[in-house]
Amino acid sequence: MTVEDVRATLGARVICGEEYLNREVYSACGSDMMSDVLAFVKDRSVLLTGLCNPQVIRTAEMMDIVCVIFVRGKKPDDMIIELAKEKEIPILCTGHRMFSACGMLYARGLNGGASYNE
Amino acid sequence: MSECIELRYEVSSEDFTRAGEASSNVKKKLKQMGVSPAAITKVAIAMYEGEINMVIHADGGHIEVTISEEEIEIKLCDRGPGIQNVEKAMQAGYSTAPDNIRALGFGAGMGLPNMKKYTDEMTIDTEIGVGTTVTMKVKL
Ligand SMILES: Nc1ncnc2c1ncn2[C@@H]1O[C@H](COP(=O)(O)OP(=O)(O)OP(=O)(O)O)[C@@H](O)[C@H]1O
Ligand SMILES: [Mg+2]
Repeated sequence: MTVEDVRATLGARVICGEEYLNREVYSACGSDMMSDVLAFVKDRSVLLTGLCNPQVIRTAEMMDIVCVIFVRGKKPDDMIIELAKEKEIPILCTGHRMFSACGMLYARGLNGGASYNE
Repeated sequence: MSECIELRYEVSSEDFTRAGEASSNVKKKLKQMGVSPAAITKVAIAMYEGEINMVIHADGGHIEVTISEEEIEIKLCDRGPGIQNVEKAMQAGYSTAPDNIRALGFGAGMGLPNMKKYTDEMTIDTEIGVGTTVTMKVKL
């Protein structure tokens, strides 16, 4: 599926990176702890998180995450949005809770993906 | 050819939002140099974890990155409190991070294990009250 399919599934709002919605997504990862996210590199993954600070975008940058999704209605501030634009990472926002958002994507066939070096 | 590229970054602990800028810069440079994506990912993640540790556990410090034909070496030097028990600190899930750090998304106790996992070599030199130097190598 694409980032746009992810957006439609969650009924999410695009905060920035409109031009990257056709990117392919192969896997997903949901966590509020960034080192947990960094533990397993997945191929073309989206990151769902309730954490809302610039380190989310930094983490996504280091892992080549294709899209960041803020759950529970979290709204990124200008600093986060500017950083995401600079790093060419699209941001989506959804009011769904983490569990529901992950479940909706899982039900559409997106899974955790193969982990790195296991 | 035995030409080396050396980079040096100062890491301040004053502004958490800027933590990771050094790692970001290295990632960009490696990409420009045409280093393989797999090696870039390893370096980026390991260095970023180390940079965050310097900011949240020590008082910042500096990072030296040396790029040669064979390998990339990342040396993280701080003058923080030092690590009491390195063996314990290396265990997945062990963290002394307080709640305010956990609220920022760190303190899962996964950083050092991640750094070890993504690099080919890692050594920790630490002395209580003096500081910590973590040296990591990724083979090219
Ligand atoms: N540079 C350092 N100076 C002093 N203590 C450190 C340093 N790096 C790590 N430590 C100690 O080692 C522990 C484990 O570090 P590690 O990076 O694995 O986990 P963390 O930083 O607590 O959480 P996470 O990395 O998952 O966000 C830390 O909680 C801290 O007590
Ligand atoms: Mg850490």
